[in-house]
Amino acid sequence: MKSAVVVLPGLNRDRDMIAALTKISGKVPVTVWQTDTEIPDVDLVVIPGGFSYGDYLRCGAIAARMPVMRAVAEKAEKGVQVIGVCNGFQILVEAGMLPGALMRNDHLKFVCREVKLRVENANTSFTRNYAPGQIIRAPVAHHDGNYFADPETLARIEGEGRVLFRYAENTNPNGSINDIAGIVNDRGNVLGLMPHPENLIEAAHGGSDGRPLFESALGIAAPQPEPA
Amino acid sequence: MTISNTAKITDELIAAHGLKPDEYQRILDLVGREPTFTELGIFSAMWNEHCSYKSSKKWLRTLPTSGPQVIQGPGENAGVVDIGDGDCVVFKMESHNHPSYIEPYQGAATGVGGILRDVFTMGARPIAAMNALRFGAPDHPKTRHLVSGVVAGIGGYGNAFGVPTVGGEVNFDPRYNGNCLVNAFAAGLAKTDAIFLSEAKGVGLPVVYLGAKTGRDGVGGATMASAEFDDKIDEKRPTVQVGDPFTEKCLLEACLELMASGAVIAIQDMGAAGLTCSAVEMGAKGDLGIQLELDKVPVREDRMSAYEMMLSESQERMLMVLRPEKEEEAEAIFRKWGLDFAIVGHTTDDLRFRIIHQGEEVANLPIKDLGDQAPEYDRPWVEPTPRQPLASDDIPQADIADALLKMLGGPDLSSRRWVWEQYDTLIQGNSLQIPGGDAGVVRVEGHATKALAFSSDVTPRYCEADPYEGGKQAVAECWRNLTATGAMPLAATDNLNFGNPERPEIMGQLVKAVQGIGDACRALGFPIVSGNVSLYNETNGQGILPTPTIGGVGLIQDWSKMARIGFAREGEMILLFGAPDWWGMHLGQSAYMRDIHGRADGPPPPVDLTHEKKVGDYVRKLIRSGIATAVHDLSDGGLAVGLAEMAMASSIGATVSQLAQGDPIPQFFGEDQGRYLVTINLSAQSDEFEAMLAELKQLGIFAPWIGTTGGSELKLGHTRAIPVTELTAAHESWFPSFMDK
Repeated sequence: MKSAVVVLPGLNRDRDMIAALTKISGKVPVTVWQTDTEIPDVDLVVIPGGFSYGDYLRCGAIAARMPVMRAVAEKAEKGVQVIGVCNGFQILVEAGMLPGALMRNDHLKFVCREVKLRVENANTSFTRNYAPGQIIRAPVAHHDGNYFADPETLARIEGEGRVLFRYAENTNPNGSINDIAGIVNDRGNVLGLMPHPENLIEAAHGGSDGRPLFESALGIAAPQPEPA
Repeated sequence: MTISNTAKITDELIAAHGLKPDEYQRILDLVGREPTFTELGIFSAMWNEHCSYKSSKKWLRTLPTSGPQVIQGPGENAGVVDIGDGDCVVFKMESHNHPSYIEPYQGAATGVGGILRDVFTMGARPIAAMNALRFGAPDHPKTRHLVSGVVAGIGGYGNAFGVPTVGGEVNFDPRYNGNCLVNAFAAGLAKTDAIFLSEAKGVGLPVVYLGAKTGRDGVGGATMASAEFDDKIDEKRPTVQVGDPFTEKCLLEACLELMASGAVIAIQDMGAAGLTCSAVEMGAKGDLGIQLELDKVPVREDRMSAYEMMLSESQERMLMVLRPEKEEEAEAIFRKWGLDFAIVGHTTDDLRFRIIHQGEEVANLPIKDLGDQAPEYDRPWVEPTPRQPLASDDIPQADIADALLKMLGGPDLSSRRWVWEQYDTLIQGNSLQIPGGDAGVVRVEGHATKALAFSSDVTPRYCEADPYEGGKQAVAECWRNLTATGAMPLAATDNLNFGNPERPEIMGQLVKAVQGIGDACRALGFPIVSGNVSLYNETNGQGILPTPTIGGVGLIQDWSKMARIGFAREGEMILLFGAPDWWGMHLGQSAYMRDIHGRADGPPPPVDLTHEKKVGDYVRKLIRSGIATAVHDLSDGGLAVGLAEMAMASSIGATVSQLAQGDPIPQFFGEDQGRYLVTINLSAQSDEFEAMLAELKQLGIFAPWIGTTGGSELKLGHTRAIPVTELTAAHESWFPSFMDK
């Protein structure tokens, strides 16, 4: 399975994402630049985190209007999987590829800490290597991760099982409505999430709870637990 | 407003530029005529304390700056230290004190931006940042505003730029009421064969301006940073620059791409005194003249005068000398990142610094005298008065459990989580230890086992009571914190913050602190490779506590054997390495005396550097052998606070005995130096343990077995057991309740 990472000026977790995808898939992902209008033939496109264009306007608003995002949308329409992490999630929302909005954290401060997530729906291409209801660890690092949607939209995404990750055990770090941490589009092939699974994939990170997400998306079977 | 180049040079104008009459006379002698207004500004920028180190140079020269590991010592944008395998670490610490007091968010943000630029100017990708912050008393009306702005500014810049903040310090003291300190540290990773320096080489080569456009922000900033404050400080706000981390991130990527292309001959970032300082440094270091044509400088405001352009401190700008044949390739890289690229001058062979603006030569000065031959002072200084030792029976009493909880829940020893959770500590995916331990640790990308440890330290109250011992202690504590992770300390950077050096007693603090730093660095093999001096930290005649911050870097060969402060498991022996006979004895200047009894008398604990090195080297060996399971250095608050921190980090309790004889207060709260708490995975009956004791005896290291880990409470001697959850509640609550009230 091949992957691509979108690189925009101001994104800064692109190198983290490239390192994680390389370690997990054994292949270095291709990178696509802001002005690229076509994305090579890949199975997964990832928009990493950061502060695209400084986020001086609404987070992700400028990025969402760059040529490369039209190419990302075309891929998504063809059924290719897309993941947006943190700023990537904000960009997908601004691009209209995911519903709702990401507002400033309720405490108005940047927050970097580890939270707990519950895997709400393990029956998707992004979560199949997790168990339903599994509680996983995940770091967050953002200033604008307070997810909001109007009641109608909220009822729809909740009803359709499109909330894949929810902050658990009272660790909601930003005031997100319904503790929402990650959602998919109606077709189920575009995922946006605020936490950073790419920063929790190996022993050096102190855990690997983020790894099954990428393994799911890349079609890598969950590794069997080693015999004790 | 446009300031003309033809303004008349009056005594008031000279004084307003911070130039003393004898300095002005020196200018007249050098130039052989009355300087133009632009020239006066250039001299003011180059000869102020901030850029010239004129009061401290004599003493800085006494510091040890070399060693087999040192590739580049002080004098460049940052120091460079070899870490093997063709890699090196590039680092420096720099103050942004004055701007941060005037405008905390932007002052702190641009402090971070400036230090990151220093590091990547040398060809290194920044991999870690730290910040040493000192604020006034918590109840001072400005303190919360400053804490909130400074922390948000550091986070706002560092998080967007994309560097993990892995360590730092936050302290409060009324002596910082009128001058907060913001000392920013950054470290980067580079290849030893691809280090870039500021020394220009070759005549007639293009001088290229890169990065953001020039505006009027920060005009005169370096001069402001070299003056004392008074009540009219708010009028200085326009001298503070505004940071743009997005442009800096683009500048980083563009510079690293450009360096890899082989186009760069010399590079210098525009920091204090902007275009002036960067151009002069490149020329003076390379024994070349520089001619600049200001009409080619990218500007973002209309009708800027030569004076303003030369003194602007607009951020995110670089000056380079490029290979002419690579010009086109270089420009394409900068355009790709949306940055300005302009050839604004060329190198010459006549050692003159010439500025052309609108067809007119507005400055023509001898470049060497501006740069490396700036004035230097041997300012008068007096020996600090030594403090009388406390009487041996002067041991004010308190309940140990109550005192410990009060100290952990107070302004200085409480958890700094409120601060560091606003910093991205995890970005880049290499953070192995984030704030909250003895040192921040980041693994070396591209290497299977290596990691770098970072720590920033100084105990200002010790420095106030005895600047020499305080200087030694700052170095020793930094070295100790690095050692406590298992790292071999490599080298350090110093950020010397003091009051007005024209006062002999302040100058005496500086001299003695530098002597203490030098002696400690020599004894520990821990050279100073970069640094910064910030003087005139005074308001209305009241100086700050002398604060020589030390930022150290250490190398861990195998991070899988690194030590952390949290107890590893229950039932392990706790040993106190480097203890004196009574475990702890020195109460003078201790956190206990200050926080519990409101006393600040007595001398600070002395540092025995031979003992320090011997104990540290042994503890490091124990970590590398895998015997030590948790390690914590003892500092503020002594044994009781050290044990509590190890318990809180792991949620595992401990039972620690009390000596049968003597008073338990100094035992638990004394701040004797050179001590580590170490838990080991050996049993008391094992042969390995016996062998260790024999070895320790031979080396003359006292390491009493003081207790055992386990349970959910911390039990110190005969005092009541405290649940670890109660310690944590006290420790975690002070900062949020102070800031969010």
